[in-house]
Amino acid sequence: MENLIQQLINGLSLGSIYALLALGYTMVYGIIKLINFAHGEIYMIGAFVGYYVINYLGVGLIPALLLSMSFTAVLGVIIERVAYKPLRKSSRIAALITAIGVSYLLQNGMIYFVGPEVRSFPQVVENSLYTIGSFQVSKMQVLIIVTTFILMAGLQFIIQKTKMGKAMRAVSIDSQAAELMGINPDLVISFTFFLGSALAGAAGVLVGMYYNSINPMMGYAPGLKAFIAAVLGGIGIVPGAVLGGFAIGLIEVLISGYGNSMVRDAVVYGILIVILLVRPSGILGKHAKEKV
Amino acid sequence: MRILNKTNGIWMILIVLSFGLLQGAILLGLIDAFYEITLVTILINMILAIGLNVIIGFSGQFSLGHAGFMAIGAYATGILTKQFPNYGGMAAGIVVGGIIAGIVALIVGIPTLRLKGDYLAIATLGVAEIIRIIILNMGDLTNGAAGLSGIPYLSTWYIGFFLAVVVLIFAANYKYSSVGRATISVREDEIAAESLGIHTTRYKTIAFVMGAVTAAIAGSIHATYFSVISPDQFNFMKSIDILIIVVFGGIGSLTGSVIAATVLGVLNVFLQPFGSFRMILYAIALISIMIFKPSGLMGTKELNISSFIRKKDKSENKKREEKVR
Repeated sequence: MENLIQQLINGLSLGSIYALLALGYTMVYGIIKLINFAHGEIYMIGAFVGYYVINYLGVGLIPALLLSMSFTAVLGVIIERVAYKPLRKSSRIAALITAIGVSYLLQNGMIYFVGPEVRSFPQVVENSLYTIGSFQVSKMQVLIIVTTFILMAGLQFIIQKTKMGKAMRAVSIDSQAAELMGINPDLVISFTFFLGSALAGAAGVLVGMYYNSINPMMGYAPGLKAFIAAVLGGIGIVPGAVLGGFAIGLIEVLISGYGNSMVRDAVVYGILIVILLVRPSGILGKHAKEKV
Repeated sequence: MRILNKTNGIWMILIVLSFGLLQGAILLGLIDAFYEITLVTILINMILAIGLNVIIGFSGQFSLGHAGFMAIGAYATGILTKQFPNYGGMAAGIVVGGIIAGIVALIVGIPTLRLKGDYLAIATLGVAEIIRIIILNMGDLTNGAAGLSGIPYLSTWYIGFFLAVVVLIFAANYKYSSVGRATISVREDEIAAESLGIHTTRYKTIAFVMGAVTAAIAGSIHATYFSVISPDQFNFMKSIDILIIVVFGGIGSLTGSVIAATVLGVLNVFLQPFGSFRMILYAIALISIMIFKPSGLMGTKELNISSFIRKKDKSENKKREEKVR
């Protein structure tokens, strides 16, 4: 039982990372129906920005998070403007291939410029353990979970309470109708990329600190799993991404804890196949009839 | 239509001619042992690209797990030929690998291809990873992460050439068959195809299974030509390499895939010294093709010999068309 609670705490912190990433996938998918394959790479670059600003500017955790988030947010907008915007009218496969191209470019660009080796992330927060009853929570875990909840609350506020958030929701329901109401969809789409990429940057810094190692290939597997989390929760639905992220994090930790850690990834991919089989619209998704 | 018509005859001559040219170049020493490896790599990539083109180009579905199916073929053939180091073993390997790949494709395809949208992309990505993880964990049979080595060298470039031609002819005939036309109609407009009574899931699945089986064949050649296989050869990057060939050649154009596989294969030899810079170039090329010329080199067009012939008696055709009207 104590072991289980311990695993649940670990799962919650891993799940926070997936949830942050899945939010980016789900927002972009909700608004332009594109699987943004480059999202995992943005998270990787976020981790590297965190690494460089902590090492060379000597800043603490909060400034590193903010700097990294602003860098990836701008990067996300640039990618959207340069690579995805010209493809707004073309087929979905073309956009998908471009997204893969961008992901490939960022990954190999980083390998080319910083080298493929694994680096250890500077520890700005001393990793002390809090003992509550008979289980332990590391300071890092608390930090991850708290940061994630603050960011999610912020996102929820932006989407639900601000004018821009209203515009985002309008564009994701019907982009043309939104345009007729005086909303500039291009601006809204860029803003979506801005938000999603900022969250990915934050996730990158947090994961760098949590696992203490970063490399240019680190974005691939978490990116994929976060996408699965988004599908699990219902792609395009913001609370679904959070739910899916936590679910995938918990499942992964429980399988490594109680079973074979080698099959962990296979199980996560298996979940994807099962969810596509039984409920393709996801846990929170509603079945939508396609209009002809 | 007669099998021995003008078009097929010219294609036949072209195939024999290219075979003769290659054989001549090898005999004259223009293609040495090193370039022969390049040649076989090109032929393997050709088979893979044709297979992926059947999925992406004909049915309009998007598979990102092509390397996974290639791994199935490679391992099936590797394991069987190590037991039976002769051509019987290799043939059995190709058949068994093809069947397993086909069954896996069916299991993945039937649930995901019912859905519209790009679910297949993400499902196949997952499947390729699952295949890799299973291969990693199969113990002595697959030798884990170290992979299989000492697979008998059974493949020659003759076999590669022969199988590439067979796959190409098969895919071309599929494209112009009634099944192929139904598949292409699904790509063009799924709802319209459905309303014309086309079972869209079935045709998408047929194309997906065909692509998977050809990938397994390519894997079999890979295993028996290079003799060493390991799970990390068949990762996501490999799938992307094949995708790049298909996109360069033109999504939906078989001859485009053949040309692109050849051109990129030769280009790779010259770009080898640049290492990861080559990958950056490919990535930029991939993005710019999609933005500026999304149809690739050939679009959905084929290098069509019958149209050359037809041009000659165009007037005759016009008369015929008028009669139909």
